[in-house]
Amino acid sequence: MTPGLRRWTFLVAGGGLGALLVWGFVGLPGFGHYPGPYGDLLNSVAVGQRHATDVVTAINFDYRGFDTLGEEFILFTAATGVSIVLRELRRERERTAVDEAAGREAPATSDAVRMACLVLVGPTMLVGWNVVSHGQVNPGGGFQGGAIMATAFVLVYLSGEFIALKRLSPVHLTDAVEAIGAGSFAALGVAALALGFPYLDNILPLGTSAGTVDSSGTIALISFFVGIEVTAAFVLIVGELLEQTLLVRGDR
Amino acid sequence: MSPLLPLVVVVPLLGAAGVSALNPLFRRRRLLDAVAIAVAVAVTAMAVVIMVDAGGTQRVYWFGGWTPVHGVAIGIDFAVGSLNAGLAAMTALLVTASMIFSWRYFEQVATYFHALMLVFLAGMMGFCLTGDLFNLFVFFELMGVAAYALTAYRPEERGPLQGAINFAITNSVGAYLSLAGIAVVYGRTGALNMAQIGRTLAGHRPDGLVVVAFVLVLIGLLAKASIVPFHFWLADAHAVAPTPVCVLFSGVMVELGLYGVARVYWSVFGDVLGHRGAITAVLLSLGTLTAVVGALFCFRQRHLKRLLAFSTISHAGMFLIGIALLTPLGLTGSAIYVVGHGLVKGALFLCVGVVLHRLGSVNETLLHGRGRPLRLTGVVFVLAALGLADLPPFATFLGKGDIEASAYSHGMAWVTAVLIVTSIVVGGAVLRVAGGVFFGLGDPPPEDPRMGRAADEETSETGADKGRTPLTMIVPAAVLVVIAFAVGFVPNLGSVVQAGAVRFQDQAGYDAAVLTGARVTRPVALRAGEPTGITVTDVATGAGSAAGAVVLALGALYRRRIPGLRRARQPGTGVGELMARLQSGVVSDYVTWMVVGAACVGGAWALSIR
Amino acid sequence: MHVFPFVVVAWIILVGLYGIVTSRHLVHLIVCLAVVQSATYVLLLGVGYVSRGAAPYFSDIALHSRAVDPVVQALTLTDVVVEAAVSALLLAIAVQTHKRFGTLDPDELKELQG
Repeated sequence: MTPGLRRWTFLVAGGGLGALLVWGFVGLPGFGHYPGPYGDLLNSVAVGQRHATDVVTAINFDYRGFDTLGEEFILFTAATGVSIVLRELRRERERTAVDEAAGREAPATSDAVRMACLVLVGPTMLVGWNVVSHGQVNPGGGFQGGAIMATAFVLVYLSGEFIALKRLSPVHLTDAVEAIGAGSFAALGVAALALGFPYLDNILPLGTSAGTVDSSGTIALISFFVGIEVTAAFVLIVGELLEQTLLVRGDR
Repeated sequence: MSPLLPLVVVVPLLGAAGVSALNPLFRRRRLLDAVAIAVAVAVTAMAVVIMVDAGGTQRVYWFGGWTPVHGVAIGIDFAVGSLNAGLAAMTALLVTASMIFSWRYFEQVATYFHALMLVFLAGMMGFCLTGDLFNLFVFFELMGVAAYALTAYRPEERGPLQGAINFAITNSVGAYLSLAGIAVVYGRTGALNMAQIGRTLAGHRPDGLVVVAFVLVLIGLLAKASIVPFHFWLADAHAVAPTPVCVLFSGVMVELGLYGVARVYWSVFGDVLGHRGAITAVLLSLGTLTAVVGALFCFRQRHLKRLLAFSTISHAGMFLIGIALLTPLGLTGSAIYVVGHGLVKGALFLCVGVVLHRLGSVNETLLHGRGRPLRLTGVVFVLAALGLADLPPFATFLGKGDIEASAYSHGMAWVTAVLIVTSIVVGGAVLRVAGGVFFGLGDPPPEDPRMGRAADEETSETGADKGRTPLTMIVPAAVLVVIAFAVGFVPNLGSVVQAGAVRFQDQAGYDAAVLTGARVTRPVALRAGEPTGITVTDVATGAGSAAGAVVLALGALYRRRIPGLRRARQPGTGVGELMARLQSGVVSDYVTWMVVGAACVGGAWALSIR
Repeated sequence: MHVFPFVVVAWIILVGLYGIVTSRHLVHLIVCLAVVQSATYVLLLGVGYVSRGAAPYFSDIALHSRAVDPVVQALTLTDVVVEAAVSALLLAIAVQTHKRFGTLDPDELKELQG
């Protein structure tokens, strides 16, 4: 279709789809009038059953932990896919790669940026670790903390050269850490199976009181594994994308 | 609660993680292949056990031990009946065949292919077995992301990149619209478990929200099932994905989309929507349109993989027709047809893989007659093609016969005509390839100027010795054809599957089994008036369909020597050209058509379901 | 106010789809796909909102006080991760596309047709 025809077709069809959507959404309970019962039930029982004051994390890693297992492997698969698509082939160096706008020099990183980023690496890592380990207490958990910890690695890149990032996180090691994180989550569930419980049952001691770092049994442990897996996955993805730019520079 | 149920999903996931983590140990390529094949075989065995165990009843597994409290589901469940267990078993079998085919397949030693295939397997198994709507979405995406990555597996060429983009964007748009539908139905019912949603919705009038939620959830599933007009991505993805991956796309992944449609209707929306006439009408129209469009595009193709891809689209339309009838016999027919089609289509793709390995091309024009040395492959290909054309006693014949019988007994004899004609066209196209490539019959078909360089210069996916066909490539194909043939001889297959279909369509019984653990004891009664068993008419129809396909194929091959047909149009002109322009390769076009389709389907139901 | 957030959801979906349909740059198209997905975040969170409800974390509020639905928040979290994964993969493919095709205009990718 020509772009003009496409646009008009979409405007007509999109109008119809929009009308349909609004007609359907009007039937929803009004904003603020959630009818339950799923959410209300979990809000009332989660703290008592799992000693976790963060109900969202309890849902993610316990009540609906199987969803989270799938989601974690989606991230794992995407990182693997990025590695495939951007892998350096032996023939790559011989081909000319046209990637940057011609004639535009990339400016060197300023000292102010470098200093600021270098100073922030440590605190960012700590904050990320805090978020991961307190997932069952406060808002947070493996995914959120993992993303923050991955940002710490990106700050390493910003504060120095790409080579520093590569030395800190070689591809094989990052691959392995990611796989271990993902596999351990799955394996924790199997451990429950081996003990005769249903898959992903919470088999570790729940701690004496709710809302401490060592409470909530397997939730905290799963949060840790997810944290390292997410960190490794994002470092891998960002590293591969950055390497593509460098590959071009190497050709020049 | 059998521990095998979570293991069929978890074992391949662990396998994928293990293969990635132990990357340095897998320098020896054969060890990697062996591990992957072993995992696939283990999953197949587990799936078969589950299928046998689930026969005649509904098995439910609650993850984390969270059984429902007063009819409110707290956790996620797997709900397994004989139909979805059978689909899962076929999935695992086809993955095993693909993995055996890929023994020493790719030039580059990388663990990525095996890890991705195992994750793909896990995603498909989870999708088949789950009873939770959001879990369905998660596994849909897991399947999808693995599939996008596998499509782009050779990024050094241009085709795989474009194919992966088209695939990923269309399916993702579908998935997000489906998620919107899930959110809407959650807003009304406060539940994510299919049985609980079904139970909460049942007994009320279907208002705008229910209709719109159903339409939205269906869009993603119809896109995955390559139903017109959500189908454009399939041909592109098949043209460029590695052959073992194409086996899975055509053999299982598309069918899973259709299973999703049936599942969402029968387990969630069936009781509340209730307006069976409107549902049947719209789904029948979509199915018929898909079957016809797929068949027409199939016959025009000169690129072997795209030809088979369009035949899959056509068959997907036929399966949807069976589901659209909303009868147990129709669903039975589709289920058996899906199994037969998956096995036969898988074998066809594996044979094309052999051709690609030995002859380095998938262009029908260039390959004419060059396949003569590949004798065993030729025989397997011809048998599989006849199976695709519904020759008795292949499973495809049985399935189609059931669909036709169900349609006929509800006064829709035209469905039979549609099915027969499209089968002949599709079967004819594949037999034309068989005759031309493997036996050198007739003349090579005229070049298709639209085909581009992709098929001519298709670099071989393998780098290995081209002098002989490795056993690991041809044996899986032969085995699949034999199984498709043998399924036709399974005693009482029709009634066993039909019992499963009746149970699948019994929403109240399903809800009770899942939410309260009630044993399913309701006797399975066939609907009055639904025919059973194979009649002489059925056999005649099936044989006639296959014969018609053979005649069509020979006619296409010998066209220039038949006086009346000599001046037939070349590809590149006329109506065919207009149609082909729709398949433009531009993803924005595809998404536009999806929106058009969504608006039409939604509008039709909005107006007819009150 | 009762239905307004949901009308916004419909608007975001349409705007995102419009962007995909009229896009001339693959990266722009991928971001528009993310826009469509962000409509589902708004929808999920909107459906689960409880008026005057607190966040579902009971470390500093009383145990049975009014709180919003935690399930949709967990679902949105899953959704965000899925979006990150799909976007990452698509962007990597876009990078390679630029190298192989020399262009990022979807209309100019002509390798697969018919």
